[in-house]
Amino acid sequence: MRTPRTIITCLSEESREERDKAIVKNEKTGILVMKEAIEKIRVEALRELSEAKDERHVEDVRIRYLGKKGRLTAVLKNLKELSPEERPLVGQLSNELKKELELRLSDALRRFLQKSRRDKLSEERIDVTLPGRCLSLGSKHPISQVTERIVEIFSALGFSVAEGPEIELDYYNFEALNIPKHHPARDMHDTFYITDEVVLRTHTSPVQVRVMEKHSPPVRIICPGKVYRRDSDISHTPMFHQVEGLLVDEGISFGDLKGVLTVFIHQMFSPDTAVRFRPSFFPFTEPSAEVDIQCVMCRGNGCRVCSNTGWLEILGSGMVNPAVFRMVGYDTERVTGFAFGMGIERIAMLKYGIDDIRLFYENDARFLHQF
Amino acid sequence: MLVSYNWLKELTPVEISAEELCHRLTMAGLEVSDLVSVGGELTSIRTARIIEISAHPRADRLSLCRVFDGERNFTVVCGARNMRQGDLVALACPGTLLPNGMKIESAEIRGFVSEGMLCSEEELRLEEKSAGIMILPPQIEPGKDLATSLRLKDYVLDIDLTPNRADCLSMVGLAREVAALCDTPVMLPPVDVGEEGDDIAQFVTVTIHEPALCPRYAARYVSDIAIKSSPLWMRRRLELSGIRPINNVVDVTNYILLEWGQPMHAFDYQLLDHGRIVVKPASLGDIFFTLDEKERILDEETLMICDASKYVAIGGIMGGLNTEIHNTTEAVLLESAYFNPQNISRTSKKLGLKTEASLRFEKGVNPETVGMALNRAAQLIAELAEGTVARGVIDAYPRPISRPSPVTINPQTVNRVLGTELSPQTMVFYLNRLGITVEDGDENGLVASIPSHRGDIKEDCDLIEEIARIHGYDHIPATLPSMAAAEESGKILFQRESHVRTFLANNGFSEVITYSFIAPENIEALLVPEDHQARRVTIISNPLSREQSVMRTTLIPGLLTTALENHNHKNVDLRLFEFGRVFCNKKEERLPEEKWMLGGLMCGVRAREAWNYAREEIDFYDIKGVVENIFHLFSLTDVTFHSDSTTPYLHPGISARITINGHCVGELGEIHPHVLDNFEISKKIFIFEIDFGKIIDYLSVGSEKAKPLPKFPPVYRDLALIVERNTENYSILRSIADAHVRYLDEVKLFDVYEGEPLGVGERSLAYRIKFQAPDKSLTDEEVNQLYEEIIAHLATKMKVKLRT
Repeated sequence: MRTPRTIITCLSEESREERDKAIVKNEKTGILVMKEAIEKIRVEALRELSEAKDERHVEDVRIRYLGKKGRLTAVLKNLKELSPEERPLVGQLSNELKKELELRLSDALRRFLQKSRRDKLSEERIDVTLPGRCLSLGSKHPISQVTERIVEIFSALGFSVAEGPEIELDYYNFEALNIPKHHPARDMHDTFYITDEVVLRTHTSPVQVRVMEKHSPPVRIICPGKVYRRDSDISHTPMFHQVEGLLVDEGISFGDLKGVLTVFIHQMFSPDTAVRFRPSFFPFTEPSAEVDIQCVMCRGNGCRVCSNTGWLEILGSGMVNPAVFRMVGYDTERVTGFAFGMGIERIAMLKYGIDDIRLFYENDARFLHQF
Repeated sequence: MLVSYNWLKELTPVEISAEELCHRLTMAGLEVSDLVSVGGELTSIRTARIIEISAHPRADRLSLCRVFDGERNFTVVCGARNMRQGDLVALACPGTLLPNGMKIESAEIRGFVSEGMLCSEEELRLEEKSAGIMILPPQIEPGKDLATSLRLKDYVLDIDLTPNRADCLSMVGLAREVAALCDTPVMLPPVDVGEEGDDIAQFVTVTIHEPALCPRYAARYVSDIAIKSSPLWMRRRLELSGIRPINNVVDVTNYILLEWGQPMHAFDYQLLDHGRIVVKPASLGDIFFTLDEKERILDEETLMICDASKYVAIGGIMGGLNTEIHNTTEAVLLESAYFNPQNISRTSKKLGLKTEASLRFEKGVNPETVGMALNRAAQLIAELAEGTVARGVIDAYPRPISRPSPVTINPQTVNRVLGTELSPQTMVFYLNRLGITVEDGDENGLVASIPSHRGDIKEDCDLIEEIARIHGYDHIPATLPSMAAAEESGKILFQRESHVRTFLANNGFSEVITYSFIAPENIEALLVPEDHQARRVTIISNPLSREQSVMRTTLIPGLLTTALENHNHKNVDLRLFEFGRVFCNKKEERLPEEKWMLGGLMCGVRAREAWNYAREEIDFYDIKGVVENIFHLFSLTDVTFHSDSTTPYLHPGISARITINGHCVGELGEIHPHVLDNFEISKKIFIFEIDFGKIIDYLSVGSEKAKPLPKFPPVYRDLALIVERNTENYSILRSIADAHVRYLDEVKLFDVYEGEPLGVGERSLAYRIKFQAPDKSLTDEEVNQLYEEIIAHLATKMKVKLRT
């Protein structure tokens, strides 16, 4: 900021010397008088300006020198009374002074304005640690969050979403899934009955059958939804959530089942989660596989959550039993497929470290706000 | 199922550790949920021989025993009397901690220092109760570790069997499985029964009235038996398997059940009328006392074992108290039978009685084991109870059960399903290990003969699973199928729902999930009339409790209950929402109609109380704003709120019905104070409930086109009207719209006022009207004229005054 002002001052010093030379050349007393008078105005104006205490004083100085009745204004007004020789020289001197004063005045004014803003800002101080003004956020239920994530992963793998009724015919819930009446596997499901023929679905698997009845292969669906079993304790609620998946096409193998579910688990948990497939039994799949992941709590070292096995059961799966395909009229010579199902609560409990499943349905705001 | 590792090793000579065995079983589908080491608690108890017994000089009931532990002699004060000089006993030296928690210390007892203790079975936790100290078998050497000498160190595997593997509900079955996994031989227990004396026909007759329910019933007669406790090895095996030892005869029947999976029963022969066995159904209402001393009420479907005059057992489930084995029992009738699995399952459920026997029968035992198990039981009873086995067996087998049919399997199918490249030879090798013999069939593949214990193998997929199991799932390579992009249509509802969830969560709402079943009282509490659709509940025939006995027809009770519970936890300011189905029963349909609903609840203050907020209670317009925005999210226009809601659980004056294109899609409002009372809620509650499945129908995907921005400035005019208090904003807006004034772009209500200087029953509504021409700047004159047109139209349609 300082440099340009200095230059301006220097320039005016140089021009003054030139003027002085011209004045001496002319040797006209009148001019000398005028020159002295202007110089006097200059000195006094700058002194007054330097004594100014605030922007009002600066304004006063401006009015006194450059205002309508100001001293320099008067000089300029009276130029026409000077001789033609004097006029250009005096006019030049006065205009130069005017410019200089204007510059100095606005400079001073800006300084004072900046100072007074600084003073004002220094008084305007707030406690930035006080909370902001906003509506507190709510939350999606942890079950919904996990479901959305699962759907997202399988969508990217080419699966579509399908739905079916929660109150279901015994036929779809059991018989079409190769679980006839009195089949020992019915003992695995504590079923809520509406009538002998109508049940609250005990799994999302009936959606498989409903979809296959309507669509010919290929079928690639996942079906998230509520299911119901007559069981209630720290690890069971009579209503819970599952996601069912089904992929039927030509040439689908057990190897594909392993591949797809491994990709899912790596995305759902982490890419370095160990996965193992071990034989199990479901009436509607054969071969069947239970899918375990390395315990997310202890990284496989053994803890309470994994009953010291280092593994957690996370999914049931298997190749669709030809008996199911026959029920829906698919050609078992041509197509094969795999199905899988998982409990969402289980995954949510692992993900969020929740040890009592009932918390999901108590809907205590203090619990829900954590998600 | 609890399995002793040592016992298993006796039946198949595996060389692997218990941990490795657990791993292999788990990875073959027999999940081992627990592995417990037993016998470790008996460390530092040693065998010792009694050299001398003398009376304690100062105590009649005590004696002084000098015992030798192989290195030196100890003097032990002992209170028991059952020991003799030369007996081998269990010595606990000072410092030993007994399994029952007792710590042995060197102590002076009436003037003599006892350098340890001679232990009883009870103190060693080998029996629940025992009299006297434990006398060890004579072949044991002194100075050895007791647990090792008696082979008490073992592991117990807890195996969770899947329902298809009934064959593994026995030690022999498990041994076959382990042998297949480890490629070891199976060494079946020897069956060699010595018969003596008269033929069984002299003593026993068997008649089966219901061959369908009891296709096979075999019996043997064993007499001159001495009832006592079983030897330690048998008791130990029973205990490790979770069965309490009782006496030698009963223990043998249980041992056979564990060993072969064949449930057995022993009747006290003297208590059987005429030695007759009749298998027939019970009569309705008859009463029978089972071995557990409980009274059982029978019906015609209960298959009973009877003698000449009475019931003696519930077939395949539990014996009767009236023919129980006692200490005085001299002869027994041994039963080994095959019962119809479904009937056992039904009866067991009906009676609420699950036993080790019923568990096995209902899953199906191997019908071909019946005779062998019977012989093995007779043999063991002869050995352990010094009994005499009568000549011959009664084997009533009126309805032979067919062996599993051979299954044809195509090696190409196996590889196609598994994604493997196994050779047929490898497949045959795996199947042979499972006892399945394979022969070449026609061009369709191989023919596999299924052994009788694998009745679960019925078709080729069963064999594919067996091949995969033995091959190991781990050895099947993981691959990814080629997949087309997913169909979008299926995901739309899910995505919309997710969208609304995000919106509501961002607006302070917490999502709840409440149970789909509610208490019938909750419907009552809504004050809905009998014919209201909320009454069309679906009733659960076997609910867990009355609170969860009917399927909800609305989300409101769940939300109100959640609010109440939160109030009880001092969570008073609530914004909740729930997505879920409601179920409306339809008499004419088998399944109820399921509707996908979105419900919301607000209660308490508008914003959480804070230093820079005034505390303001929420009102109707807060919840209405939320609902309006939900519709805005989907660019749904033509959404109307009507004041004609007659919903009984809402405040009659502060509630609205929501329509889209004239179709009702939901409602919102303040909960009726009576209903709040019914739910014992003391704060005002606002709710909304929207048929989300229905509003999806009104969405036309992809129709949201952007409008070009106007090129000319809009002009605004304010219009303040004085109307009757009951005149609704909506009717004024409609009326303004009906005027069809040109360049009218938007009408916004910006003020509502009642009170001075307006008259009673009046209110003022002020609107800001925006005019906008697409092609020019409107002049004041033009706008004034349009404004006048609106006023003129309003004046003809309704009672309005201009407020000036």
